[in-house]
Amino acid sequence: MSTSSPVETAGAATATYVDKRLGSNRFLGRNLGKVFPDHWSFMLGEIVLYSFIVVLLTGTYLTLFYKPSMVEVLYDGSYVPLKGVMMSEAYESTLNISFDVRGGLLIRQMHHWAALIFVAAMVVHAFRVFFTGAYRKPREFNWLIGVALLTMALAAGFTGYSLPDDLLSGTGLQIIRGILQSIPVVGTWAAFLVFGGEFPGTDIISRLYAAHILLVPGLILALITVHLMMVWTQKHTQFPGPGRTNDNVVGYPLLPVYMAKAGGFFFIVFGVIALISGLVTINPIWIFGPYTPDQVSAGTQPDWYIGWLDGALRLMPNWETVVAGFTISWNIFIPSVVIPGILFTGLALYPFLEAWATGDKREHNLLDRPRNAPVRTGIGVMAITFYGILWIGGGNDLIATAFDLSINSLSWFLRITLIVAPPIAFIVTKRICLGLQRRDRDKLLHGYESGRVLRLPHGEFIEVHEPINYKELAVITSKTDYSPLPAPEKTDADGVKNKKYLIQKIQHKISHFYYADDVKKPTAAEIEAAQHHAAHDAMLEAPLHEYEDADQISTFHGGVLHHPGMPETNAEQVAQQENRSTT
Amino acid sequence: MTDITPSGHSSDHGNQPERLGYSPVADIPHKPRVTDIDPKAAKRAERQVASMFLLSIIFVILFVVAFVGIDKSTAIYIPVLGVVGALQVALGFTMGVAILLIGAGAIQWAKKLMPDVEVVQQRHDMNSEPEAAAEAAANYQRGKEESGFVRYPIIRRTLIAALALFPIPLIVLLRDLWITPPGESPEEELSRTAWHEGLRIVADGNFQPIRPEDIPVGGLVSALPIDIMEIQEEEHNLNARGKAAIILVRMDPDQIRSQQGDNWDYQGILAYSKICTHVGCPIALYEQRTHHLLCPCHQSTFDLADSGDVIFGPAARRMPQLPIGVDEEGFLVARSDFTEPVGPSFWERS
Repeated sequence: MSTSSPVETAGAATATYVDKRLGSNRFLGRNLGKVFPDHWSFMLGEIVLYSFIVVLLTGTYLTLFYKPSMVEVLYDGSYVPLKGVMMSEAYESTLNISFDVRGGLLIRQMHHWAALIFVAAMVVHAFRVFFTGAYRKPREFNWLIGVALLTMALAAGFTGYSLPDDLLSGTGLQIIRGILQSIPVVGTWAAFLVFGGEFPGTDIISRLYAAHILLVPGLILALITVHLMMVWTQKHTQFPGPGRTNDNVVGYPLLPVYMAKAGGFFFIVFGVIALISGLVTINPIWIFGPYTPDQVSAGTQPDWYIGWLDGALRLMPNWETVVAGFTISWNIFIPSVVIPGILFTGLALYPFLEAWATGDKREHNLLDRPRNAPVRTGIGVMAITFYGILWIGGGNDLIATAFDLSINSLSWFLRITLIVAPPIAFIVTKRICLGLQRRDRDKLLHGYESGRVLRLPHGEFIEVHEPINYKELAVITSKTDYSPLPAPEKTDADGVKNKKYLIQKIQHKISHFYYADDVKKPTAAEIEAAQHHAAHDAMLEAPLHEYEDADQISTFHGGVLHHPGMPETNAEQVAQQENRSTT
Repeated sequence: MTDITPSGHSSDHGNQPERLGYSPVADIPHKPRVTDIDPKAAKRAERQVASMFLLSIIFVILFVVAFVGIDKSTAIYIPVLGVVGALQVALGFTMGVAILLIGAGAIQWAKKLMPDVEVVQQRHDMNSEPEAAAEAAANYQRGKEESGFVRYPIIRRTLIAALALFPIPLIVLLRDLWITPPGESPEEELSRTAWHEGLRIVADGNFQPIRPEDIPVGGLVSALPIDIMEIQEEEHNLNARGKAAIILVRMDPDQIRSQQGDNWDYQGILAYSKICTHVGCPIALYEQRTHHLLCPCHQSTFDLADSGDVIFGPAARRMPQLPIGVDEEGFLVARSDFTEPVGPSFWERS
């Protein structure tokens, strides 16, 4: 029936050839029509993947020219201001990439921009996953891989940032040395081993290089592969909507729509990165100059994703204790090791903590609306607030200079805010979520406020509520009502002591914290009662000419209210109306 | 037209053809797009997509032309961007647009011409069927029995111990990441610098020895030991510079409230380490009126008129002071090495 072009015939032959050896048609038959749900926020993860591909491509190009060596050489390239300056070969080769290799600067800037976008998109993607509860069963493993990817991305970013061996990045390494040295017991040795002796030494660049081009990207590549395979196997989550349930997946098939959109999006991300990199300068290392450990410039800033750690270092009070002749630098160890450690551990464990605390063991393929999980949303906003203040702290000198503030007062303000603001953010967020839940409940019961204000014959003004449309109805009714876990008994019915009492008590308390305030969806009876009520409203607002005695009223458009026999109140009017219908 | 692709373009949702394995979502009214109804609009969309692909080809050619034709040292002025490298901008722009257009074309194609009707697929529980689980359990049992893993506890335990220990060589091998010079320890290396008695102080930059009168009251000079370049050439690294860097400040001797040692200044000239005691950034932000030294990295503030004590910020230790004097020729010299380690704290120091 169908006519095939020579290309198709050849394609089919190839497919058969491969299939006979690998059984690939089994996979293709099952998967070419695989359905992917559509939502703009699902593109965030795609941006991560695509910018990573750009990073890999551009990074490979850069390795062709870059020399990871700290041997001091005399610069004799085409950038005039640095001619005759002693610098490391690493810095020299980066200058050569920027000024002597045609297109080298473009690729270098694409590498940097793509890396920044990679981390940024990853963070926003994580927000999306967190606030929609996409990490819940069965996707906890993928959340863990995501957290590992995030740490790897930071590692990749930092190791790469240091490679040009310019003054700015070298100062970053100096700070890393200080941080390593602050680790109790093993810190000094750790620093000496990492740097091959004293700072800066001559080993660190080539060591970072090995990590940056082999170890870290290899791990990222492996983790991304597993991440995507899991998404593939478990099928993507979807947002609630008409026809969407926990047991189906609604969207577009892989071939052709999803493939065209996702594949096209790769080129968009790639193209945008190339455009930005061609037009906007990033990391102009030639301005910073080569690294030397006795120089620094004011207003130094790390890449954006390290800013919060720098802020933590800045805001920490200067605590240090000497115990039995040994020094513990709390002022460095806490902000740069303990706090990130706690944050990342908390991030990794959160899905498991939440599932345990709430006793939720179901599979979740339908995403939560953030308002329907007020405590989770609150915790997320709290963490973002904490992070945000540290991030602001990372730029406290710039802020103080720009707004003419005292750096000391600003630091103190941020120190206090860091403790006070997150809990406030939590409470406010939770309240907003509950308010939105109430509004959803109202919408189900009474419809939405149409904005149409009516004046009733007796003078009362009412706003007409209209029933919500089917899409919104599907979204709102997707909410799952949760109840706190019941309080545990100390002994069971036979008087046997409950050994798990204490742990169950804690679980009960936390689950209470999570769900006690949850605004339940209206029951069928409540909806019916509300509809009854709505029928009344509809009757009350019916145009007056529909009344049997409408002819007795000359006009009500102009607001004539008191006509002989007109009801004075709603109730009277209703009573009158009902009287009429019964008689 | 072939009949391979089931068409999704139907103005009437009810007539959507069934597709393999799934069906359009019921109960969702489908609003046809202009390209579904109007063949002219569909033709227009087709032309748009093809033009984007065509333009992409043109931009690739332009890229090659720019690469060959524009000299890498040519600078041009572009509004907003300022003066920029012409080659850099041309390459970025042509490459970016060429790639972007492929994406835009593909997405336009998908949005205008491919079916826009959502379809449904069923999900299945992630857990495997009971038979599969039973088979896995049976295989495990068989493996356990055939290997005798439980039957031979001594094999089991020695294996576990061996597996636990085999990474040790891999970790031990990391020890020589720092080839430690004989008799050295990190503590000792961190505790001494290139300074010693009588060593001349030279200004950073011109490496000329400094006379006290070269430094005005209120002035600050970054300085190094006179032999720093020789050390650097001998050691092939910047380690000595990273520890020995100092700053010299001069203030009215009456304003010096305290010092780390008796008369460690010379006529109001004080020498302090330049390396911050917090995490090691070099410091040279000095406010002469207050005698405060501010670290640009984390804003630790030290009072140089008061033994270099910390008055604000995350640093916990004062800036180490270097005792100085002058030699017989009247040049500033160190009177000894620092008496405490410079730079960030570490575990072994007290």
